[in-house]
Amino acid sequence: MSSTFDTVATIISETCDIPRDTIKPESHAIDDLGIDSLDFLDIAFAIDKAFGIKLPLEQWTQEVNDGKATTEQYFVLKNLCARIDGLVAAKGA
Amino acid sequence: MRIEYFQLIDRIADLNLTDLTIRVEANVPTASTIFEGHFPGRPLMPGVLLIESMAQASGWLIIARTKFTRMPFLAALKTVKLRTFVTPGTALTVSAKIAHEGSGFAVTEASIEADGKKICDAEITFRVVDFPQGEFREAMEQVATRIGFPKETVAHG
Repeated sequence: MSSTFDTVATIISETCDIPRDTIKPESHAIDDLGIDSLDFLDIAFAIDKAFGIKLPLEQWTQEVNDGKATTEQYFVLKNLCARIDGLVAAKGA
Repeated sequence: MRIEYFQLIDRIADLNLTDLTIRVEANVPTASTIFEGHFPGRPLMPGVLLIESMAQASGWLIIARTKFTRMPFLAALKTVKLRTFVTPGTALTVSAKIAHEGSGFAVTEASIEADGKKICDAEITFRVVDFPQGEFREAMEQVATRIGFPKETVAHG
């Protein structure tokens, strides 16, 4: 997870011009880092390319809107990184 | 091209769903009220409409890719370069390639050429949503017919 977090944090820092040292595993991308949905598209694009995956943003958004999940489950960075690791593992399985 | 109505694509010349590319013809009219203001005595095709032309070409490619089930909306532009002036009557060739298909978004690389010379290029991000129904879809289907969108090929491709 640590290398995944480093990659994601670097992407966020460079994409949104957020100081790298303010980005923590516990940071909520929206609530703490102030990333809006358009910036998150850039982040998703960079994550997709970096890890060779496709973040299921539409599914996540739908689950949050339906009350089946919370934003913390997807947008707290340590949780986001765990899901990225899961998608990478599923791709290689 | 009827630029006052944002009808910037005249004809789809090539659509390749294997390579995820499109090439369209877009002929700048010789006269338009837009040229009266942009600019008096020196009519030029507005750069924002060149960008819109690249977005529309990209959009038809995404619509084809998703078999008319999804509609792209312009969300972001990157590395836009407007390299030269475009005057009334210029025949433009607009090309686009899907660079990435994300969940709910897509990124294209688009460019415009005239007489083999590159006019402009950009990386364009679209939000991609379920295709709106009703009047919106009817209007888009009419445009598709007018510009030679290969509905049968797309439906079975």
